[in-house]
Amino acid sequence: MASTEREVEELVAKKYEHGFETDVEEETAPPGLNEDIIRLISRKKNEPGWLLEWRLKAYRHWLTMEQPRWAKLRIDPIDFQAISYYAAPKSRKDGPKSLDEVDPKLLETYEKLGIPLHERAALAGVAVDAVFDSVSVATTFRDKLAKEGIIFCSFSEAVQEHPELVREYLGSVVPYTDNFFAALNSAVFSDGSFVYIPKGVRCPMELSTYFRINARNTGQFERTLIIADEGSYVSYLEGCTAPMRDENQLHAAVVELIALQDAKIKYSTVQNWYPGDEEGRGGIYNFVTKRGDCRGDRAHISWTQVETGSAITWKYPSCVLRGDDSVGEFYSVAVTNNYQQADTGTKMIHIGRNTTSTIVSKGISAGRAQNAYRGLVRIGKKADGARNHTQCDSLLMGDRCGAHTFPYMEVKNPTAKVEHEATTSKIADDQLFYLRQRGISEEDAVSMIVNGFCKEVFKELPMEFAVEAQKLLSVSLEGAVG
Amino acid sequence: MNTLVEVTDFYTAEFEAVAGRLPGRELDWLQALRRQGLKAFGRLGFPTTRQEEWKYTSVRPIGRERFALAVETCVGLVEDDLGAARMPELDAHRFVFVNGRYAPQLSRPGKLPTGATAKPLAQALREEPDRVRALLGRRVRADENGFTALNLAYFTDGLFLEVEPGVRLERPVHMLHVSIGQSEPAAHHLRHLVCAGEGSEVALIEHYVSLGEGTYLDNVATELALQPQAAVRHYKLLQEGAGGFHVAAIDAHQLDDTHYRSHNVCLGGALVRNDIRADLDAEGARCELFGLYVTDGRQHVDNHTRVDHRKPHGTSHEFYKGVLAGRSRGVFNGVVYVHPGAQKTDAQQANHNLLLSRDAEIDTKPQLEIYADDVKCSHGATVGQLDENQMFYLRSRGIPEPTAAGMLTYGFAHDLVEHMGLEPVRHLIEEILVRKLPHAAELQGVE
Repeated sequence: MASTEREVEELVAKKYEHGFETDVEEETAPPGLNEDIIRLISRKKNEPGWLLEWRLKAYRHWLTMEQPRWAKLRIDPIDFQAISYYAAPKSRKDGPKSLDEVDPKLLETYEKLGIPLHERAALAGVAVDAVFDSVSVATTFRDKLAKEGIIFCSFSEAVQEHPELVREYLGSVVPYTDNFFAALNSAVFSDGSFVYIPKGVRCPMELSTYFRINARNTGQFERTLIIADEGSYVSYLEGCTAPMRDENQLHAAVVELIALQDAKIKYSTVQNWYPGDEEGRGGIYNFVTKRGDCRGDRAHISWTQVETGSAITWKYPSCVLRGDDSVGEFYSVAVTNNYQQADTGTKMIHIGRNTTSTIVSKGISAGRAQNAYRGLVRIGKKADGARNHTQCDSLLMGDRCGAHTFPYMEVKNPTAKVEHEATTSKIADDQLFYLRQRGISEEDAVSMIVNGFCKEVFKELPMEFAVEAQKLLSVSLEGAVG
Repeated sequence: MNTLVEVTDFYTAEFEAVAGRLPGRELDWLQALRRQGLKAFGRLGFPTTRQEEWKYTSVRPIGRERFALAVETCVGLVEDDLGAARMPELDAHRFVFVNGRYAPQLSRPGKLPTGATAKPLAQALREEPDRVRALLGRRVRADENGFTALNLAYFTDGLFLEVEPGVRLERPVHMLHVSIGQSEPAAHHLRHLVCAGEGSEVALIEHYVSLGEGTYLDNVATELALQPQAAVRHYKLLQEGAGGFHVAAIDAHQLDDTHYRSHNVCLGGALVRNDIRADLDAEGARCELFGLYVTDGRQHVDNHTRVDHRKPHGTSHEFYKGVLAGRSRGVFNGVVYVHPGAQKTDAQQANHNLLLSRDAEIDTKPQLEIYADDVKCSHGATVGQLDENQMFYLRSRGIPEPTAAGMLTYGFAHDLVEHMGLEPVRHLIEEILVRKLPHAAELQGVE
């Protein structure tokens, strides 16, 4: 297992070493961050003046901030000046030439996850520019979406083609002053997705970055903006269950969701970035700011996440329940193994009347990993009839890992009802015995129990995703028991 | 202005002025400890809401005042002045302290069984300084925050209680602290030391009341050491006055198979902060933490608890409830920390709150940090109001709304009173609840 991970890492490192030495070199900014770099990013992307100004303001604000230290995470110092903040879309030439060159262990993992053959090549970063099904599929999808008046494109495209929408909503949920990583992202964000669902439209399919042709290499500072206009509905999928090749260690993404009156946004994430090897070397640092704003009455925002990857996860998808009767939901499974650390949870800010929020968080910790749930439920003075229910369970596998719960509840309204429950347990011997006694192998038995533990969250995922997530879980926890 | 420097200067100057009057001035080690406390205060000052542990409790009202050490006044006070706080039904060893100093004329220490020592700390410092030295400052350290620092520098008195192995105190020890308002804001720094020997049994009542108006600060540190198999029941009853600030740190160190039970009842005080810790430092230790806070007006009550499970087979049960009315604010923060290797830990915690007014607020944070896998840990917290169905049930039986509300509120709070072993304490609390809970007065005569 150790050698697998190392080989994977080597593979990852290979691309990193050579990535900047190809013919696109002049398209890459030197490492370091200053106003000139930001101007360069903005110029290369042909951005309007107001956006450059916004980036610069964010950068100047970032300079006054310090990296937050309150999370229960041990983070090696990050040298922000050692990162290159702009790279033009890279050519694929320097990757492996075909699947034959790809590490067989990696392919084995794909096999276990049941990933279709043609997709494996893409995931492993194979340089062939073959037209995958997904690309052609995507084109068909775009036509279909356009017919409904739905805008689904890269953030850069949106800036060019729909500047009025971007300008109105960008930073309106997560202002650049929000936190250290959000400020950094606002200053240097590379690209991301933009979605606009017009009034009364129900998006006819699940939208996924995976199906966006130009979604590749959006890089480490991704920015996503989704606007659901009155009465509309959209389900958005982010990420992919397969281990993704990525050469950037630091990821600081921002996701903003805006749901107007009667609109619903369902946002599902499966995150499986490289978690580092068994000794805790390497791995992605994932510092994400995700927030949804229920701006109108009866708006509904639902976050579902399955977090299995990354060495460090720092992520709190939140809902601001501004409109009366609006609904916020957060369903999360966070798995940490080996030396992984996760500090994740949500914030539910109840402002409007009769607002409801539900939090279901399942943390699984194995090896020497640390897994923390950190959540805030705030009921404002005017949030009459607000309701919250939080269920927060931890499963410990092994005696060297940790599971932690930090729920904050602030209630300023006497008609509110807030409930929080948390439990911590391990896989009971009698449960295992029961399954083994019926002829189920220990590995399968553990997998069944873990899947049962996570069921409440998995059922919120779109069906295909849910199936993949279950497989992913057993792969992530391989070797954790027994 | 209230700069840190000004605050520090005041308390430093004040210390130099009163140092000669503090007990144990002839003991070099104690002088050194007091100086340490003063120095720590100079470094720390009073906590601010920017500190996570004080996020929801601003002690600015305390920082604003200049609390001089209270002068010794209990002139003319007679037993009857203590009123209900005496708990006449209670058969106890009574130690009364007035404005932070022992008041012999009001006390009834009675005869303790052989092997048990209970005396004012100032007296213990004269008679057995080495025993005091062995216990003082072991559990509540000066550098925790500005209050523990000031306490170590300034403490004037408290209770010294030592029980030898196997001794069982038949009667509880009742420490009654009386604050009498003075024209200037005054501080009472108290320190209690309790050492329960192997297999001993002790019941302790820490009781704070006030007579008259006036602004004062009770700053208390209680250190308890439980030797193997010792059992300590610790009642803390707060009836501070409207001008009373109360800040306290309680730390119980528990060895094998000890049992520590704490009943923490906060009924009075303008601003109250309790830090209650149980350190389960050996196998089979058990602790129970019960708490009730009933607030109205502009009261602010903050209870922080922490249970450290360091060794296997520890049990902790924690149950806190709050009823908040008026413009009051309640804060609960309960940490359960299961250290690596503390297998077979059973830790349960619950915090339930009843918000009765539009302007009341509750901030609650149950917190689990777990580093062992074979454990059973859970916590729950709720915030809500009177149950509509229950109200309907009572009203449909012809009970008027205020009475029904009173019954339900009283029932909610009484949960934490009914399993108190000491009946007189229970009765006193029940009486106060009936007076203090909204509508509960309607209950009188209903029974």
